[in-house]
Amino acid sequence: MTMEELFRQVTQKFYNDDQPKEPDFKCPRCQKTTPAKTMQENMLVCPVCGYSSRLTARDRLRLTCDKDSFTETEAGMTSLNPIDFPDYEEKIADLREKTGLAEAVVTGICTIHNERCVIAVMDSHFMMASMGSVVGEKIARAFELAGNEGLPIVIFTASGGARMQEGLVSLMQMAKTSGAAAKFSEKGGLYITVLTDPTTGGVTASFASLGDVIIAEPKVLIGFAGRRVIEGTIKQQLPEDFQSAEFMLKNGFVDMIVERRNMRRTIAHLIRLHRGEVR
Amino acid sequence: MMDGIITPYDRLTLIHHHERPTVRDYIPMIFTDVYELHGDRLYSDDKAIFGGIGRLDGIPVTIIAEVKGRDLNENKEVNFAMPHPEGYRKALRLAHQAEKFHRPVINFIDTPGAYCGVEAEERGQGEAIARCLYEFMQLRTPVISVVLGEGGSGGALALGVCDELCMLENAIYSVISPRGFASLIWKDAGRERDACDIMHITAEDAVALGVAEQIIPESEGGAHTDPEITAENIHRSLSISLKDKMSKDIDELLLSRYNRFRSVGEFTQMDTTVDQGG
Ligand SMILES: [Zn+2]
Repeated sequence: MTMEELFRQVTQKFYNDDQPKEPDFKCPRCQKTTPAKTMQENMLVCPVCGYSSRLTARDRLRLTCDKDSFTETEAGMTSLNPIDFPDYEEKIADLREKTGLAEAVVTGICTIHNERCVIAVMDSHFMMASMGSVVGEKIARAFELAGNEGLPIVIFTASGGARMQEGLVSLMQMAKTSGAAAKFSEKGGLYITVLTDPTTGGVTASFASLGDVIIAEPKVLIGFAGRRVIEGTIKQQLPEDFQSAEFMLKNGFVDMIVERRNMRRTIAHLIRLHRGEVR
Repeated sequence: MMDGIITPYDRLTLIHHHERPTVRDYIPMIFTDVYELHGDRLYSDDKAIFGGIGRLDGIPVTIIAEVKGRDLNENKEVNFAMPHPEGYRKALRLAHQAEKFHRPVINFIDTPGAYCGVEAEERGQGEAIARCLYEFMQLRTPVISVVLGEGGSGGALALGVCDELCMLENAIYSVISPRGFASLIWKDAGRERDACDIMHITAEDAVALGVAEQIIPESEGGAHTDPEITAENIHRSLSISLKDKMSKDIDELLLSRYNRFRSVGEFTQMDTTVDQGG
């Protein structure tokens, strides 16, 4: 499918839905306002500054996978309440209803420009894609699936960090996912990370930083500690580009910044380059 | 503390007691022939993390520890036990050295968390912690970790990927500090006590959640009342764990190390069957 077809698909989906008209997009980076329709046509990238805005997992999959190639895995997995946190079940149920997602990550198998791979997409619309039992388990299973099937894995990360409502159990998911990445790597598998807005906290400090190739989208937020926490510690204003994709590239923690419109092609090329075939 | 019932908040108070022993107090009481080894060979030497070699019951071991200060000056020196990325990279360097020379690694955890600051971000705090989790998971030598006081978040977990986790009786282990939790959940950092009540951060909680295996008793009234007794208790636990782990086949050990973490999590499929871990 061409990029133009993809744009159209997303645009059509958007305007055919019986939903109230989306408000204009105000860019959190350049503060400029762009009509929703223009944003849709531009794959939800700010046309003024290039900021790659947050996508739902559904839109990300549409923009990334070959048409009808995606098969979801572990679709019905939902969290229990490991530390009996007040109202946690209700909150999850409410979000499932609101977002149509079972949890903050969607996993499955797809092809990207005919390259078969395991794919995981985190969705910040579900509790800021914080990592609890389900995110940890689905990411670990995705690595295991890729390892068993001999497939590469591509993970689009986004996260506000740990799932506070799961306490220590949430923290342990960092070790679980990093361990799963290590086991997959031992088998010689290719792991491509795509850091999207925002990738922070425990996800940055685990599997998001462990890709063989780490890609970031332009202008997205990437970091470990929250900006406000740091401002509180050092009591001074932080530079504009602090914790941006560009900042991470400059400091040596991402391999490349790739624009959304080139993402599919780049991932497919990288997968082919890692197969070791001479052509 | 009332009627001998000790609340999680009481424990938090105890581990912040100004006379609570630090790893610098314990090391000479537990190990012999200790040599400190400095630096990450990449950037600098982070004093928030101690690294060294020594003997436990005569057995050569590598010691890696988050270091709290015993007074304000010491605390400034060690950045209040909040490591920078170079601290975690020093830990990794020494862990790999231990692997090369077939020495077990003993980690001591005692940190409010990894440092949150501009330089820490520039030098990749997230990557440094992630790398620790990844490498310790595959480290082909036994690893035992002990939480001495504060087990704060990812900064603690970085030294917590191990074959057995021991916690001192009053130590806590948490995803965020109770203060941070209160400020995040209720926008009121003052509700630290309420946070302690619902966060499940005590050693008993960690054992119940399958995160820790052993609780090491402290001296009556908390470790500060008699550091020697507490050190003896730590020593005894380490001796037993070490002998046990060293007798195991390394591949079996690595598998069970992985499963310690792989099995943590509570979820269900389609709202029907309850599945604890994978
Ligand atoms: Zn913009």
